Order: sequence, then C-alpha cells, then structure tokens
Amino acid sequence: MNFDSLMPPFVLLTSLIAAVIIFFLREENHRARTVWNLGAAVVKLLLVGYMLWGVFHEHVFETRIGLLPGLNLSFHADAMSMFFITLSATLWLFTTIYAIGYLEHSPHRSRFFGFFSLCVSSTVGIALADDLLTFLIFYELLTLSTYPLVVHRGTQISARAGRVYLAYTLLGGAAVLVGTAWLYSLTGTLSFREQGFLSDLPAERHNALRAIFFILIAGLGVKAALVPLHGWLPRAMVAPAPVSALLHAVAVVKAGAFGIVRVVSDVYGIEFCASLGVLSVLTVLASVTIVYGSVRALAQDDLKKRLAFSTVSQVSYITLGIALGGPLAALGGIVHLVHQGVMKITLFFGAGNLAETLGIHRISEMDGVGRRMPWTMVTFTVAALGTIGVPPGAGFVSKWYLSVGALEAGQPLVIGVLIASSLLNAAYFLPILYRAWFRPASGKWPTDGTRRAECAWSLLAPPLVTAALSLGFGLFANWAISPLSWARLITFREFGI
Amino acid sequence: MIWRFVEDTSWSAVSIFTPLILAILAYALRDRGWRLIAWASVVLPPLAATALLVQVGRIGPVRYEIGGWGSPLGIDLQADALSALMVLMCAVVGSAVSLYAQSYFGPERAHFWPTWLMVWAALNAIFLAADLFNVYVTLELLTLGSVILIALSASTSALVAAFRYLMLALTGSLFYLLGVALLYGQCGTLDMALLGQRVDSSVPVQLAQALMILGLALKTALVPLHFWLPAAHSAAPAPVSAVLSGLIVKASFYVLVRLRLDAFDTVSTVAGDHVLGVLGAVAIVWGSLQAMRVKRLKLLVAYSTVAQIGYLFLWFPLAREAGAASLATSGVVLFALAHACAKAAVFLAVGAVMRVAGHDRISGLRGIGNRLPLATFAFGLAAVSLMGLPPSGGFAAKWLMLQAAITTGQWYWGIVIVLGGLLAAGYLFRFLSRALEADRGADLPPARGRSHAGLEVPAMLLAVAACVLGFLGVPLCDFCDNGMSHGGLGDAL
Amino acid sequence: MTGHLLYALAGGMLFCMGWLGLIVQPHLLRKIMAWNVMGTGVFLVLVALAARGGTGSFDPVPHALVLTGIVVAVSGTAVAIKLALHVHDRTGRTTLPDGDGKTAP
Repeated sequence: MNFDSLMPPFVLLTSLIAAVIIFFLREENHRARTVWNLGAAVVKLLLVGYMLWGVFHEHVFETRIGLLPGLNLSFHADAMSMFFITLSATLWLFTTIYAIGYLEHSPHRSRFFGFFSLCVSSTVGIALADDLLTFLIFYELLTLSTYPLVVHRGTQISARAGRVYLAYTLLGGAAVLVGTAWLYSLTGTLSFREQGFLSDLPAERHNALRAIFFILIAGLGVKAALVPLHGWLPRAMVAPAPVSALLHAVAVVKAGAFGIVRVVSDVYGIEFCASLGVLSVLTVLASVTIVYGSVRALAQDDLKKRLAFSTVSQVSYITLGIALGGPLAALGGIVHLVHQGVMKITLFFGAGNLAETLGIHRISEMDGVGRRMPWTMVTFTVAALGTIGVPPGAGFVSKWYLSVGALEAGQPLVIGVLIASSLLNAAYFLPILYRAWFRPASGKWPTDGTRRAECAWSLLAPPLVTAALSLGFGLFANWAISPLSWARLITFREFGI
Repeated sequence: MIWRFVEDTSWSAVSIFTPLILAILAYALRDRGWRLIAWASVVLPPLAATALLVQVGRIGPVRYEIGGWGSPLGIDLQADALSALMVLMCAVVGSAVSLYAQSYFGPERAHFWPTWLMVWAALNAIFLAADLFNVYVTLELLTLGSVILIALSASTSALVAAFRYLMLALTGSLFYLLGVALLYGQCGTLDMALLGQRVDSSVPVQLAQALMILGLALKTALVPLHFWLPAAHSAAPAPVSAVLSGLIVKASFYVLVRLRLDAFDTVSTVAGDHVLGVLGAVAIVWGSLQAMRVKRLKLLVAYSTVAQIGYLFLWFPLAREAGAASLATSGVVLFALAHACAKAAVFLAVGAVMRVAGHDRISGLRGIGNRLPLATFAFGLAAVSLMGLPPSGGFAAKWLMLQAAITTGQWYWGIVIVLGGLLAAGYLFRFLSRALEADRGADLPPARGRSHAGLEVPAMLLAVAACVLGFLGVPLCDFCDNGMSHGGLGDAL
Repeated sequence: MTGHLLYALAGGMLFCMGWLGLIVQPHLLRKIMAWNVMGTGVFLVLVALAARGGTGSFDPVPHALVLTGIVVAVSGTAVAIKLALHVHDRTGRTTLPDGDGKTAP
C-alpha cells in the first residue's frame, strides 16, 4: 500500500473528519470552527494539487475496499475526476470563507458547517468513483448531506422546499439504483472504463441497454436539472446564499452533469451510444432545457430565482456537449463544467452580498446599486458577460467549441439553440446590469452605521477571485494550466486521439 | 491456547445462561445492586456472542447437549452461522438497551431488569434451539416476558395493548404447538435436523406446516395479522419498544426460516412461498402508508416495523431458486441485523424526544433537533439505514435482495424493494424535517439544560452500528455461505 | 387404532371450539378460559398421539410435552388474569375498549 494508493481516501477524509469534529464543536466556539473549516479546505487543496500533478504525469491513484460480494468501493483518479475535484476543492475554500462571513450571527453554525463539509466529501467521492456503485453511494450521500443545508433557515418555506428537494432527489437516486442493479445483472461489472464496457454485449441486449440508459439519465438528470426534472432547483433558493452558491456551482448540479458525462463516456462509450441511437434524444433534451431555462429566467423578478433558471439552462451545455458525440463538442461541454462553475458562483456571491448587506432580493430593487456596492457589481458584471458569451470571458470559449463541435457532428440546428440561448442570456442579464449601473438609486440605502467599504472582506474577496478566474480562463485559455488544456487532455484520452 | 478455549467452551450455553443468571440475581436482590447487574448485562453478552461467532467461524456448526442427556428428552442447542449472527444481533441491541434503560427507568426498574434479562435469555434460547418443542417453550417465555414489559408503562392503553397482544401471541403459540403435535405424530421426531429427512407430503405434514406458519406469522405480525403490533409497540416504554421491534419479532421469523430450511424444504410449494412474498409486499406498502398518516411519532415507528417486516418475508420467494439462494439469504440476514440496530436506535431516540417534549405528537415537535441534536442525528442516521440509502447495512441488504430478485427474473419484487425505500423516506422525514425547523410555535416545555446523554448515546451507538454493517457485507456473505448447517435452500431439491 | 384417533379428533374439536370462543367472547375472563380450552384440545391430541403404538406401549415424549405445556398454560393464564384485573381496575369494564369480540378486538 504505497502512498499514492492512500491519496483518494485521504482527500475524502480531510472533509469527513472536519465534519465530525465540527459537529461536536460548541456553537460559541467560533475560532476553533473557523480554524478547522479553513484548515481542512487548505489541506484538501494541497492534496488535490499533488494528485493533479500526479495524474498529469500518469501516476496511478487507485484504492479499492471490499464492500459487497463481487463489488468494491473503488476510487481512481483519472483526468476527468481531477477536473471535477479541483473545481470542488478550490470553490469549497472560497465558499467557506464566504460562508464564515455571511453566516456571522446566525444560529446553528456548527450544524451548517458540519453538513457543508459532508457535502464536499460526497462530491469528492463522486469525482473519484471508479465504478457505478461507488458513484451511486456518494450520489445518495450528496442528497442526504445537502438536505439539512437547504432547510437550514428553519422556516416553513425552507421546510417545504426541503421536502420538494428530497422528493426529486430521492426518486432520482432510486432511478440510478434501478439502472445500476439492472446493468450489474446484465454485465457482472460496473467499473468505469475509457470508451465504455458495454459495446461487446450481444445485440439482443441492446433494448435493455437503451432502457437502462434512459433510466440512468433520468436519475442523474434530476440533479443536473434537466427539464422536466428541474423543479427542485428554483425552490431550493430559499437556502442561504453560500448554499445556493455551492449547490449551483459545485456540488449538486455538477454532480448530475458529471454523472451524465461518466455514463455516456465511461459506461457506454460515446461511439456505442451513437450506435444505440440514444444520443439524439439526449441532444434534444439538453437543447430544450437550455432554451426553457433561459425563457423562464426572463420572467423572474427574484434575483436568485433568475440565477437558478439560468443554471438550469447553463448546466445543460455540458450535457449537450457530450450528447453531440464529437471530440470538439465534448471538449466544449466538459470545459464548461469549470467555466460555468466559477461564473455562476460569482453571480451567487454577488446576489448574497446584495441580500445580506442591503436586503435586496428582487431585481426591481437593484436600481443604482452599482454606486453603493461597486466591487460586488463589477464581479457580477464580469460573470454575467461571461455567461452571455462575450469574449474574452470563459463562457465564450465553451460556446465556441460547442458550436464548432455541433458543425462537426452535423447538427447545425444546435448552433441555432446556442445563439438563441446567448440572446436570451443577454435579455435577462443586461437589464440587471443596466439597472445597477445606469439608473439612479430609488431611495436611501440602509446602512449599518460603520464606514466600512461596501461589505466585509470575507464577502468581497471570494467573488473577486472567482470573477478574475472566469476572465483568466477565457483570456489565457491556451496556457498549459488552463481548464481548456486539461479538458483537451480528457477528451483526447476518451476519444483515443 | 486461547483458541482452544474459544473452540471448546459451549458458548451457546453461556449465551443463554448469562442473562438468565443475571435475571435471577436481579430478582433476588430486588433493587440493591441493580447497577452492577445492568453493567454486567451491557458487557458480558456481547463478549459471549462474539466468542460464539468466532467458534462457529472456526469449526463450523456446533451442537451441544445440555446435561449430556441428548434428544429426544434432553435439550440440545445448535449454533450455525445464522444462529450465531442472531445471537450477536441480540447482544448488540440488548447491550445498548441495557445502557439506555439505566438512565430511563425510575422505580419500575425493579420489575424491568429481571423481566428484560429473562426475555434476553429466551431470545438467545430460541436462536440456539435444536428441536421444535424447545422453541415452543421459549416462545411462550418470550411472549409472557414481553407482555409484562409492555405493561410496565402502566398506562391504560399499554395494559389493553398488552392483553390483546397476550391473547393473540398465545393463540399463535397454540397453533404452532398443534402443528408440532401433528409433525411428531407423522414423523416421530422433534429434532429439526432429523425432521428434514423424515417429512413427506402427507396431509398431517401439510396441515402442520400451514398451522405453524400461521401461528408464527401471527407472532411476526405479517399483514393481515399485524393489527396488534402498532398499539403494543407504541404503548410500551421506549427501550421495550426497541426490543419488541428490533428483536422479538425477529425471533418468530427466525423460527419460520429455520423450519423452512431444515424441516419443510422438500414440502414447501411455490404458491406458498409466493403468497408469503405477496403478503410481505402488501405489508411494505400498507405499513408505510399508515405510517405517513398517523399523528403520533411512536405509532409512526411501529407502523414502520410492520412495513419492514414485509421485507423479511420477501426471502421466501427470492430464496427458492438455487442461483440466488445465498444472495437472498445473506441479504435478508443483513436486513434483519441492520433493521434491529436501526429500529432500536429510532425507538431509543424517540424515547429521548418524549422525555424532553413530554409528548409525541409529531406536529408539536418542531425544532426538537435543537434541544436534542445527538438524538435527532441518531434518528437521521438510523433512518438512512431504514430507507436503504448508503452507506448503511440497509443499503447493502437492499442491494443483495435486489440482485437476487433480478437474477431470478422476479424483478417485480425488486420494484417493491425500491418503492419501500422511497415510502420509508416519506414517513421518516415527517419527523426529521420538523426536527430541523426553528422551534417557534412548537409544543415544547421550556429548556431546562439537563443533559440526556444517557439516552442519546446508546441511540447514537446503535445508529452507527447500523451504518457500520454496510461495510461488513463481504465477511457476512462469506460467513453465511460457509457456516449454514444445511447449505441453504434448494439443496435438497 | 381408531381409539386414539377419536381422542385426537376430539382434541381438534376442542381446539376449534376454544378458538371460536376466543374470537367471539368479549368478556376478558371468558377469553382466557377459551384459550385454556384451546390448549386442552392440543394436549388431548398429544396424549392421543402417545397411544398410537397400540395398547400397552406408550410413547413418553408426548406425555412430557403435555406436562410442560400445562405448566406453560398455567403461567400464561396467571399473567392473563392479572392483566385482566388491571384492565378492570383501570377502566371499570370487563371487555377490551373498542373491541368487537373478534380475534382482533
């Protein structure tokens, strides 16, 4: 058992142990809680950095623990895992800093941060899972650890939102369980393999495989907010802003999208999917979601709800990329996992700042807020423009590759979907920016009596960093250390180029 | 040297006599020294059960003749993999309950301890019994003991529920006894192992099988014979409910399994097994639906037991096919173990909740999670196992049973299993979502700052045990496969 | 041969009568007595079984079972009567609340 094979459990354990310790910390113990929170996040980031370097140099990080007869709890860090886990670990650190500031004077912080850490452990488990069973286990754990966060505020509305969330996600989990069990009975193995492990099954099994595919996509699509399974997401906005930021940029929706990518590439294999004919349905579903989400976003006055529908739309870019079936499209979809993550988290940080400092929840209240909270709105603007697809933002890079990939796959209609989506993005983001920067304030802003800069540094620094990252990922996309280069690595390994 | 000690001692006898002697001591000493006896009952039985497990693991099924007399007039004890696991289940749950009861009971403990320890001895005796009549006597002992324990709560509803339960359980025992009489008349032996070789398809044997299954199903509260359980399990004091739902219903189910494996293997019918399976499926759905309706928390948990018992009865159709028999058996055994720990944890946690809140009306328990975070977390963790979500014993069991269903082509049972998990989430989150709310407008007395660690910690320990079971799937399956005395179903066919 | 079979059938009939009584009778004490009749029926079956080897040779095992069974029945009856007394003290009634006289009273 060399050091490398212990890495996956180590990374998992950093947040797991932190969670257990934080649960037992007394509510008043702020300093200890902050130390454990930030300490664990930093340690995790360091370990992930080591693994990143290792995977680039083709080291093997693999762990297997016997769980059930014939099945293991298996972890393996491949390029795709590292992509997701780096996003998670980095954004966890920033969200933790943000949450510490945001939840100052809130009750039940030990409970919050305990489940927060559990949530990140689940995400790490999903990223590092080497077979469908391990993935399923951590997928369900994610549901369980995010539920207390959604209902954290303790009001009737959050309780109801929590129930809706549970209904959707538990049903989705049951679907993934059924699909996995059925698949196991057909093949006797569940391990992910590049280019899939199902292509050598006899032809009479293909109908069963098609059915399993759609069952799995349905289960994963709940978390990935694929229409019509997206209903929980806008309702979950009642949670505190750090939760919305984490859920929407890092954990839940990305886990669903990540799962879809895994199933299509490493369980079925993209070519096999194409030959089964399931990819066209997936393309249609993704396209419908992209347009529907943007249309619904237009109608929302609540800022977080608008961002929620925007997420519904944006996450389906990932699904679209993988469903189109070509290497360039896959590249666009996979790299959007990281790009959308940093952009959306910036937007939610901004929304949180507005809510926390000025009590603003609706877009109609945002007149002139750019003057009162300039830095927050700058980050918001950068992220919004990036999402629309304005170069040199990160969103432009993703959309470019998706469009080129659509052409390469012979689906020019999809480009229409992408253009429509960008126009709709502009339609629901630009008015916000206009209101914030170019309209005078409608009344006096509430002050908290201090002469502080617009808000606490712990609420400002994270969005500044993530906004800068979203700009940098686009500007410097051709550098060796950009997400795009890493996504190229993933795509080349998957397509065997 | 220590291995010789482990292999040679009759741990089956030790497992039965330890709680029995403690019971007699507790009765003789009345209220003096009860703490010492209580602690002895926390520590000793798990040690004996582990030793038994190791013994069976090393030398295979063990048979012990008490007093050296031997059957048919003497009492034989037999321990194979299934028995050893059941004894361990009793030891783990019982140990936690003994720990809990030390902080729970006031003056009624003078009656609790002797009776509880006697019930524990009876449980172990059932799991280690080798002949049918011994099973009858110990089942009766179990019934009488549990009736007294239910009545300890001294409320009118408890007394009424106890009387009803007594009448029904005694009826079930008589059905069973009549079946035993018929079997003896036809086959001339009461020993379970020998019966398997001597049964035929004659009328007395079929009648006996039907009578015994009926009687035992009544005691295990299989739908539609379940009507006594919700009242009895919800009216009893919390630690008693834990024992009733976690252990006592498993005892009669164990006898059913034993009879099926040892005696009636060649005589059972496909139709009969499927009827039991269908009733189990109905139990899962009906119990869950009722649990979603009721207004009191203990009643909810009791109906949850009715539902989870249904899973146990899915063993009969699933284990028929030789290909899936070991999967199904391991799955159901793991399910029984996980359910025992999880259900007991839930009842213990609910007991702590009732202690603090003074009532168990679900609508008035908003925000109880803030007063009793550990108990609520224990409830949540145990609920994870009851719902069959990872990482728990419940999930591992669900997976094994699902595999058994799919590989034998009986995928409809698989649908029932998955549905059951979702329904369980439906009723368990009724409490959990309210517990996590803020406690405005709740029906709770003012906080008094008393620590309830004595109640919360045992609940948490059991909930953790239920989750740890999830990681023990492989050793458990191996143990079951190698250590069963008859190699499981389908062997004789 | 027929002799012991007659007794066995009589035992079976007692069993059924006792069961019917248990279901139908609402009074607590009568339920207990009905259960005892049921038990006696089973014991009669067992005793009849002991004689199945023809006159002169008796199987001792069923006799042992009956003796044990009687002890169990006595203990069970004792607990049941005590409980019935408690129920009567509490509720002042001699029937179970919301009972309709079935086995599921």
